[in-house]
Order: sequence, then C-alpha cells, then structure tokens
Amino acid sequence: MTDNMTDNETTGTDETRTLPVTDLSLVVLIGATGSGKSTFARAHFKPTEVISSDFCRGLVADDENDQSASGDAFDVLHYIAGKRLAAGRRTVVDATNVQPESRRQLVRLAREHDVLPIAIVLDLPEAVCAERNAVRPDRAGMPRHVIKRHQRELRRSLRGLEREGFRKVHILRGVEEVERAEVVTERRYNDLTHLTGPFDIIGDIHGCRSELDTLLSRLGYADGDGAHPEGRTAVFVGDLVDRGPDSPGVLRRVMRMVGAGNALCVPGNHENKLGRWLKGRKVQLTHGLAETVEQLGKEDDAFREEVRAFIDGLVSHYVLDGGKLVVCHAGLPEKYHGRTSGRVRSHALYGDTTGETDEFGLPVRYPWAEDYRGRAAVVYGHTPVPNTSWINNTICLDTGAVFGGRMTALRWPERELVDVPAERVWYEPAKPLHTAAPGSREGRPLDLADVHGRRVVETRHMGRLAVREENAAAALEVMSRFAVDPRLLAYLPPTMAPTATSREDGFLEHPAEAFAQYRDDGVARVVCEEKHMGSRAVALVCRDAAVARERFGIGGTDAGAVAVTGTGTGTGTDGRGGAPTGALHTRTGRPFFDDPAVTEEILGRLRTAIGAAGLWDELETDWLLLDAELMPWSLKATGLLRTQYAAVGAAAGAAFPAVTSALEAAVGRGVDVGALLTGQRERAADATAFTEAYRRYCWETDGLEGVRLAPFQILAVRGRSLASVPHDRQLAWLDRLTEHDPTGLLQVTRRLVVDTADEASVRSGVDWWLEMTGRGGEGMVVKPLQALARDAKGRLVQPGIKVRGREYLRIIYGPEYTRPENLERLRGRFLGHKRSLALREYALGLEALDRLAGDEPLWRVHEAVFAVLALESEPVDPRL
Amino acid sequence: MFLTISTTGTPERPATDLGFLLHKHPDRAQTFSTSHGIAHVLYPEASAERCTAALLLEVDPVALVRRGKGKGRGGAPDAALAQYVNDRPYAASSLLAVALSTVFKSALRGVCKALPERAAEPLPLRIELPAVPARGGADLVRGLFEPLGWTTVDARPVALDETFPAWGDSRYVTLVLEGELRLADALRQLYVLLPVLDDAKHYWVAPDEVEKLLRAGDGWLADHPERRLITSRYLTRRWGLTREATERLELVRLAEADDVGVEAIDNAVEDPAPDEETEETAKVERTVSLAEQRRDAILTALRDAGAASVLDLGCGQGQLVQALLKDVRFTRVVGVDVSVRALTVAARRLKVERMSERQAERVALMQGSLTYTDKRLKGYDAAVLSEVIEHLDLPRLPALEHAVFGTARPATVVVTTPNVEYNVRWETLPAGHVRHRDHRFEWTRAEFRAWASRVASLHGYAVRHLPVGPDDPEVGPPTQMAVFTVADSAKTTTVKEEKAA
Repeated sequence: MTDNMTDNETTGTDETRTLPVTDLSLVVLIGATGSGKSTFARAHFKPTEVISSDFCRGLVADDENDQSASGDAFDVLHYIAGKRLAAGRRTVVDATNVQPESRRQLVRLAREHDVLPIAIVLDLPEAVCAERNAVRPDRAGMPRHVIKRHQRELRRSLRGLEREGFRKVHILRGVEEVERAEVVTERRYNDLTHLTGPFDIIGDIHGCRSELDTLLSRLGYADGDGAHPEGRTAVFVGDLVDRGPDSPGVLRRVMRMVGAGNALCVPGNHENKLGRWLKGRKVQLTHGLAETVEQLGKEDDAFREEVRAFIDGLVSHYVLDGGKLVVCHAGLPEKYHGRTSGRVRSHALYGDTTGETDEFGLPVRYPWAEDYRGRAAVVYGHTPVPNTSWINNTICLDTGAVFGGRMTALRWPERELVDVPAERVWYEPAKPLHTAAPGSREGRPLDLADVHGRRVVETRHMGRLAVREENAAAALEVMSRFAVDPRLLAYLPPTMAPTATSREDGFLEHPAEAFAQYRDDGVARVVCEEKHMGSRAVALVCRDAAVARERFGIGGTDAGAVAVTGTGTGTGTDGRGGAPTGALHTRTGRPFFDDPAVTEEILGRLRTAIGAAGLWDELETDWLLLDAELMPWSLKATGLLRTQYAAVGAAAGAAFPAVTSALEAAVGRGVDVGALLTGQRERAADATAFTEAYRRYCWETDGLEGVRLAPFQILAVRGRSLASVPHDRQLAWLDRLTEHDPTGLLQVTRRLVVDTADEASVRSGVDWWLEMTGRGGEGMVVKPLQALARDAKGRLVQPGIKVRGREYLRIIYGPEYTRPENLERLRGRFLGHKRSLALREYALGLEALDRLAGDEPLWRVHEAVFAVLALESEPVDPRL
Repeated sequence: MFLTISTTGTPERPATDLGFLLHKHPDRAQTFSTSHGIAHVLYPEASAERCTAALLLEVDPVALVRRGKGKGRGGAPDAALAQYVNDRPYAASSLLAVALSTVFKSALRGVCKALPERAAEPLPLRIELPAVPARGGADLVRGLFEPLGWTTVDARPVALDETFPAWGDSRYVTLVLEGELRLADALRQLYVLLPVLDDAKHYWVAPDEVEKLLRAGDGWLADHPERRLITSRYLTRRWGLTREATERLELVRLAEADDVGVEAIDNAVEDPAPDEETEETAKVERTVSLAEQRRDAILTALRDAGAASVLDLGCGQGQLVQALLKDVRFTRVVGVDVSVRALTVAARRLKVERMSERQAERVALMQGSLTYTDKRLKGYDAAVLSEVIEHLDLPRLPALEHAVFGTARPATVVVTTPNVEYNVRWETLPAGHVRHRDHRFEWTRAEFRAWASRVASLHGYAVRHLPVGPDDPEVGPPTQMAVFTVADSAKTTTVKEEKAA
C-alpha cells in the first residue's frame, strides 16, 4: 500500500539530493566511525531530535569513547528514544549502526511505538573517515582496522536494509552526495489534520448501492462526482463491498467521489480481502465475497484494475480536523492515532479480538472503546449495532444496512446522525444484531486509572488542578463504598469560604466584610440568600425512568441484580422497587436516604412541581440537577448530635447547677468566690444559649412529614450548564417550583439584593442579616448576582461567601466563643487555604457540569466529580 | 468539670479535718494553674459535723484546640479531632483526673503530717460528680466502683436533651459514691477510673503511663474483677487512638463534610479494643473458628484449581494473604483493598518491610476498588472475594461483576458470603439483624445461587457451590461458597476466519 515506499535508487545528478523523511519516524543513521554522522545530524535535524551513542556513553561512564560502557549506553539511548517516540516525536539515532543486531533493536523499537524506521546511510571512503578521526584528539589513536571493519560491515548490510524492516532507505555515497543532501519532512499519509471538513462520515455499505444513493442525496451530495454545494466532504469508513446487491456500483460511486476530491475513504476488512483476491491471491470466497466476485465478473478488466489500484492506495485511518477526529474502519485506541505500523493497520481493519469465538462462531471482539480515553472522536464501523451511541467519545456507524437495518452517517462537527432505512434484508445475518454499547450498562466503563493516584484535572475555568495521591485514596474509599452510582453522581458541591473575620465587638463574622470583599473584587451587585441550616443535598430529577435509562444509563436494561432481591434479611433493600428516576445525595455523594422508596418519593414531588411550574418546557429538558439544602439538620446529623452537640449541652446542663449551688454556699460562708460565681453563671448562660442554638435546627420527622427541601440553584439541564445564570433568574425559577409544590416539601429561600458600592444598600443588607440571625437564623450566603464572576485581573471570584450568625457560631466555635478573651484569640484564623480550596472545588464543579451538559463520556464527568471529593479531604480548618 | 468530697464528723473528730487531709484550708478559696486550665478548691460547707471540699477545673476550650496548629489547615493531627464544641469544660474526664493528682498530690499519696493517723484510716466519704462521661453506661460505673468497698454507688444517666426524649440518654451519669474508705484510696481510684470511664480521645500521652497506673492502682487494682478492662482502656487504647488519628485524617474530613462521625465511613478495620459492637460480632461469628474454616475452604479450592497467582480482592487485614504465603504453590499473592487503613494493618501483620527479597517478590498489597475496572488485576490464575460482596450496595454489584468476571477475568473466582438462613442458629443475634453493621445485604442459599448462575452465564464461567462450616440440614452452612471456573474458551478459529468476519 501507499505507506510502503522506498527509494533505493539515487535520483538527480548534481542538483540537491532530496531525502524524504516522515515527520514521525525513527531515523537510523548508518556509517563507519568518522563518516560524519553527527555533522550530518546537526545540519539536518533539530538538536533535540538527535541522540548519539557517544553522548549516552558519556552519561553512564564519563567518557564518550569508553567502549566497555556501550551496553549501558545503548540501554539509555533506547530508553530516551522510546520516550520520545511514545510522545510522538521524531527521533534520530546517531550511532554507527553498522551491525545488523544493533539495527534490529532499533527497528523493534520503532515497531513498538508504531512509527516508521528510516535508514540514512553515509557510505564514505575509508580514507576520508580516517582523516576526520585523525584531527579529533579523542579519536586520533583509533586503529585503522576499526574503520575497515565498519566499512566491511556496512557494505555487507546495504542490500538487506529493506528486508530488515526499514521503510525508507537513503544511501549517500561519497562526500559530495552527503553535501548535496537535503532532508525534507513529509507528513504521514494518515495525517490530514489540516482538513477541517465539514465532513459526513458514512458507515458500512456492503454493496447497498440504492441506500447509499438515497443517503448521499439526503446529505446533499450531487450525483456523479459528488460535489457538495456547501463544500462538505464525505468520508467512508470502509466495507463498501460484499454481501449486498451492487458492490461494483458502490465502488464506482465512491471511487469517483474520491477521485474528484469530494470524498475520503479508509479500507474495511472486506476491501482488504477483495484486494488480495484481485491480486490473484488465494482467499476463501466467504462472508459475501462470492457475491462481489460474481458481480465484478460482469465488469471489464479495466474496471477491476481500477478497483485494485484504488484499494491498494487506501490509507488505513485518517486523523482529521486538527486532530479532533479520527476515522477508521474498526476503531483505534489513542496510542495508534496517526501511527504507522502493521498492527495499527490491522487494528484499524479488524479491531481487537480476544481470541475467543462466540456461540455463533464469530470472533469475540475486545471492547476497546470502553478503555478509550482520548480527546479525539473516533468514528468507525465494522460491528453491526442496532443503535448508534457515543461511548467515551467513540461511535460505531455500522447499523447493518445490508442486514435490513439502516445506513447511517455522522455530520461533523455538528455530531448529528442522519440515516436511511434498508430497502430490504439483503443478506441474512449470522447472528441477531445486539447492542454492544458498553457505556450504557453496569456503570462501565469507569476505570481505576481515571481517578487513582496523583492526578491533574484540566478545567475550563481554572486551568490544571492537581489532586494529591492521599486525597484521591480517601475519595476512592468513600466513592466505592458509600456513594451512589457514578452515573447518577453528576456533581458534588464545593466547599464555601466564610467572610473575612470581623473586628466588630461581639462578632466573629459580620456581613460588612463580605460586601467589602465583593466590592473590591469589582462585583457591583450581590444577592444575599438565607442560609438554611440543614444538610446539603444534590438532586438529579429525571422526567421518568425512561429518561434515567436513556440519558444516564441507569436501571431498566441492567443485566444486574434484578433477579436477586436480598429478601433474606429485609435490610438488603435492592433499590429496585421500580427503576430509579434520579438521585438525592449528600455532599460526599452518599445517598440521602437508606430507603430508595423515600428518595423516589422526594423525586416524585420535585417532578410534579417541575411539571406544574412548566420548567421542563421552559428549560427544554427532560432532566434537572438541583442544588439544595435538606432540613432538619437532625435528620442526617443525629449521630453527631448525640455524640457531640447534645452531649456537650447535657454535660453542661448536669454540671452547672451543682457548681453554682456549691459556689453560692461558699459565698454564704464568706469565702471570697464572688467573682468565680459570676463567671460560672455566665458560663452556664453560654451553655444554655448553645443548647438553644442547636435545638433550632432539630425537629422530629415522621417519614417525609416535617422534612423540608430548599433548592437554591438549578445546576444543569439537558445540553446546558446553568451555573452562570444570574441568581435572580435562578431564584425566580425556584420560587415557581416551590409555589407549585402542594405537599409542603419545598421551601423558599429568602433573599435580598445589595449594591456593594451603595452605603444605604449595604446597611440594609447588614440589618437584614442582623434581623434574621437575631431570630435564630443560621446566617446568609452572599453571592455575585451574576453567578459566575471574575475580578479585574480575570481571576475567578468566590462564588459565595457565608456569613454565619452570632448564635449559630456557638455550634462551631463552642458555647463560650463570644467571651471577649475567646473572640480575640479566635480572630486569628487563616482563610487563605479555605478560599483557595473553595475556588478549586468550584472550578471542578463547573467543569463537571460543563462535561455533563456536553454529553461527554462518563469518565470525564466522574473525573471532575471525584476530584471535588478528593479535595474535600485536604487539610483545612474544619471550622471555616 | 466539678467534683465534691464530703465527710461527716463529731466534735472530737471534726469533719473539717478534711482540710488537713487535703492540705487545703476550708476557709480559703485557692486556685492552681494546671496544664489544662485553672483549678479552684473551695469549701461550700465546713463544720465539725459536715465538711465538703469542691474542686472546680476551668478548662479553656479554645486553648485545647489551638495547641500547636498549622495556619488555616486544621492544625496538628490531634487538633483535627479536637472541637471547640467539646465536653471537656463540663465533664469529669481525664483532664479532671490530672487536676486531681496535681492539686491533691499529697492526699493522693496518703501523706498528712498534721494528722497521719486520720490519713491512714477510713472516713465516711461522699463523693459527687455531676457529669461523668461513662462509656459503658451506669452499669459499668457500678461494676467499677462497687467492688472497691463503696456502700452506695448511685449512677444516674443524664438525658441528652429533654426537649427530644426520643434521643434517649447521654453517655454522662451523675455519680454519687458513699462509703467508708481511706481518702487516698478514694482519690487514686478516681484518678484511674475517670479516664477509664471516659475512654475518649486524649490530649496527653505520657511515656510512663504504666508506672503511673501501677502506683495509683496499688492495693485495689490487682484484685479488681474488671482489671483487664481497666488496664486495656487506660493504656493500649490510648496509644491506638493516637496512632489512628494520624492515619485517617482524610476520612475524618470527608466524614465531617457530611456531618457524620468518622466511624460511619472508616469502618473497614475492626477495632481491636473491646468494644460493644465488635464483641457482639465476635460472639455472633465465633470469629476465629468460622474465619479459619473459611480460609481452609478457600485454600482448598485454590489448590484444586491449581492456581499459582492469586488475587485476594477485599483483603482487609491480610489474614488470607498471610495464609496463602505459607504455601509455596502460590507464587504470587496480591491483596487488594479499598481501605488504606486496612492495607496498613495488613502490611504490619505481614511484616512486608522485613521480608526477604524472595518473599517480598511473592506478595503485593495495593489499594484498589472493585467498582472500577483495573488493568493491574488482569492475568491472574485466581481471585478470591471472601466476605466482600455483601459490603456493596446491591445496585453497585454489577460494577463489581464487570470488573472481576468481565475485565480481570481470572480462570478461577472464589466467592464466599454469609448464608442468612443460618442466622437463626446464632443465639446472640437478634432476629432480622445482619452479622456485621456494614453488611448491605445477606443472602439465602437460593439467592446466592441465582446470582452466581446469572453471573456465570453472563461472563462465561461454570460455577459450583460448597458449604463452609457445619452444614445444617435445615438452614444450611453459616457461610456459602461459590467457585467459578472460566468455561472452556477459545475454540480458536483460524486467524483468517477471524479477520474475514
């Protein structure tokens, strides 16, 4: 095929000697010592592209000529070359390479990295080499016979270089030829990154001429040469032939379009086999080839020759559109994109097989797409599926037209599918079409490598954010053992920084600092939202179970544990009282309620309210992700209340009466403990205030009776992240939602808009907070009204700042924190790390929402969500 | 935190002698600076008939937390566990015990130069502690003090919050002790037993704790029926907690984010110390014997399968890994667990760092999760899932099936899980309870078989079932085991055929 070209003969005479060298290749220089390889490399390649064995000898032995270090030196050389090739960088090996064994290692290295090995031979007279060595002090003493031996070995090698596996061999004979040589970098044949389309990628055709014509005209391609009025390019994923009624017709049409530059085509396995038959090789006329052979028999020799040449010239895969799109027949893992080797070609044509066969005798295909993590979309065919679906940014377009299915095209970059039905079943399938789409089943294909260890997550809003290993390890534990199914875990809320510490008498936090901070950040208008004291809850609400199944791949067709219900214990709730329609989880991803029926009840109420408020239609969606607070606090925090909050209150309540009565008695006796008594009475009062503070957030519930949910943001809907929708619009939606909830579950979030530059407005904000917290409110969150805001330097500003009430803070800083001596010490708190953490988690949350809205692969969403959880385990003052 | 010591007397032997014995004058209030706050000693009453000394320790909660902390990062390891909302300022905890020993140092030793004979003889004593944190409740309080000669041990539980009766009692009791004891004995008992009852995170760990305990326990500890509990709580538990505290901070923070205690999520490793829940589990499972039988059954299955490289998925503290290493047939043993703490304990158990290179090459421990596919788990002869699947929520089980049977795909998979039918045979297990609080489900034999056969057919394995433990004719064995063997695969077709299709 075309990538298999060598130029062995010398071209030109006295003009420049052109040496084509592929842009990604392993270039092996071959020549005796003193033949000028290093000089040649310096002249024609970037310094960093060249690795010389002398240099490596120096690295390991402090002496570039220490031949005893050669073994280690070549290990280093191969290691460096391997790293460069893996990264897709051309590499030039500057060593004598006159022995077949040394070249064999390099050819193997090139193959391991699926790049072309290219040989450039410098064949210079012995005298020249000797002369050059003589002027180099470090080589002056080199015996002449070494050069002779090199020369001998080189000459012996020359004829066999192609057989050794070199795909281009350039031989330069004599000083003059070397001087006239010019290296010209060539693109790989599969590198069409400069073509930006737009494209229409067309799935397997298998001789279905009529359906192809229908599809092409639906897509707007002209008859004949297939020009498109909007300049679009058709891309065929191969398997044009076999099984169907008119393979020659299909070939004729495709060849004409390709010839006219209106289409591209990659080969399928069926073209490959047909090509071998056309070359007269012995192949079995099975799998529909017999039909093609018969049809071609009615064509003339010229056409058959044209087909042979066409097939022979096909390139196994193309990288298109700046590297964003890869097209091939049977799919291709990322490390093979743009690479050139036998196994790349083989994978592109046949895919990966496990070596097993299924009950129909067909090879079991390895689900490479499950493992795919590349950024380029891979569009392919080969495996007939009843429905196309994106899996990890890959899509299979073979919808079995020849088996009576459909013929499908993908419009790029629009990512729209266009298909036409088969006119009839042209060929009986060996087995029924089944869905092999792995992404939709059983939580696959999340892989540990997506989350484990130290990781860096690329975010749109804050660049690269690192997750440390120990934090990822903790997150893995919680995620694996306690969190809801990752498919339903689209978001985790970021932590929030408190306001800068107040100097106001009796206050640790006060709104004045929050307003000032936003004013300094250039945020003119902020919204103060009442802070509900409950537990953070994220709700994913689908319109029905079918949406949950189709969009989030959960429930329904799960081959999972449906049959087994764990009835033995009564505790083994299987969560399948019906298919789930969403999720309600905590800020670490745990399901809010142990009983899935309760979750479904809440989701049901939300769904009803969303419908009644008309939000499905207004937001053009069939699912909704909500950020909310669930009350009462005592619902989830019972354990903590028992062991900590109420316990402290109980201990204080038991101790103080005894203390004060003892002190009173002592005072009565005339012992000088009056001041101590006063102090203890104050402490007792503080303890009582503390107990009252937590009690406000506790009440008894019975089922959902007494439970309240206060939604404060709609995070995302189908196709859209709503994280940058201004909060007044958000709250207007949510007010409508609450209004339309007849059950009393939903609760309004009170709010006040404040102009940070207007003193009166700021004062009203402060008064509002004082009034609210004076009545026992937890406090408020101040947010930029526009939601997503950046400061003058373009940095993200805090998405919210919490200002907690004076009484509420007793729960955080202890009953006696308001005593002046305590407040003074507590003011020495450090917010820097908390703020940084809040921003990083915010950026990761936004990233998760963007990825979710963009229908990106599950692993991409999960990566960002997981990172939020990991950051939550970073060390930070827990009271902030 | 507060306690009073009262005694009664007569004009000849006045109660106010208490002042001499305590070395504190009844008519003066005195203050002492101790390591955790200011201690006050005063006498609410002081007559010949009746004299009461009160010790009040004002603990500074802010100082407790802020001790040695890092800027804005939650401070040193123990500070992350410390809270401003803390019972230390109110409850009679170990801090009070320390204050007691500081303020009444001589009295504790029974030294009284003024009245040596009174110090050496029993007094009528009444000791009141309004809030004693008592892990183990009023029963344990009685169990600890009654054998020591007190005639009255009145321990009344304090309600958590009277406005929420449903929350029940707190862990505090109001304690009144009455009896004729030597003052020094009474004080030394309090010095040891208050921290023992408290059994909480400590703020001080001194290297000479053993000596202190021996000194303070002289004369009463040796014959105490609860001696083991007292010494273990006083010594070992404290060290364990300190070590633990540095090992699970990330999880502490994740638990805090959710307003739950760390115990709720960091429960992969059983607490080695005596503890209500684990005691219960131990009784139920008769851990040692059944666990051993299970290991033997697994080893037999692995040997029968001819496995050389084995994955122990969910290896916990590494008991099975340890057993596997004892048999040279198993040339490669890898323990995988999601809990970092479990792996740390396992590494300690196996003494990985002290193994010879040859031994170390056979074994590896790594963190992994069975709800994710994991390339590192491919290529092993066998995998063991022993008492693992029931720790996963049922809806997440298909992810494990895919990761183990679909992706890792060892030739043999051994799965064990409790047989819920057998639970009626555990006398100590209340009806309807699972055997371990983290079990998300327990299956009947039929349920397990149904699951196993579905998984087997879905992933191309054959499965057979074996009992572990006594096979009860009615309810079956306590543990059920399934051995999956990959079906005769790869009717390898010619490469040509494969490619043509």
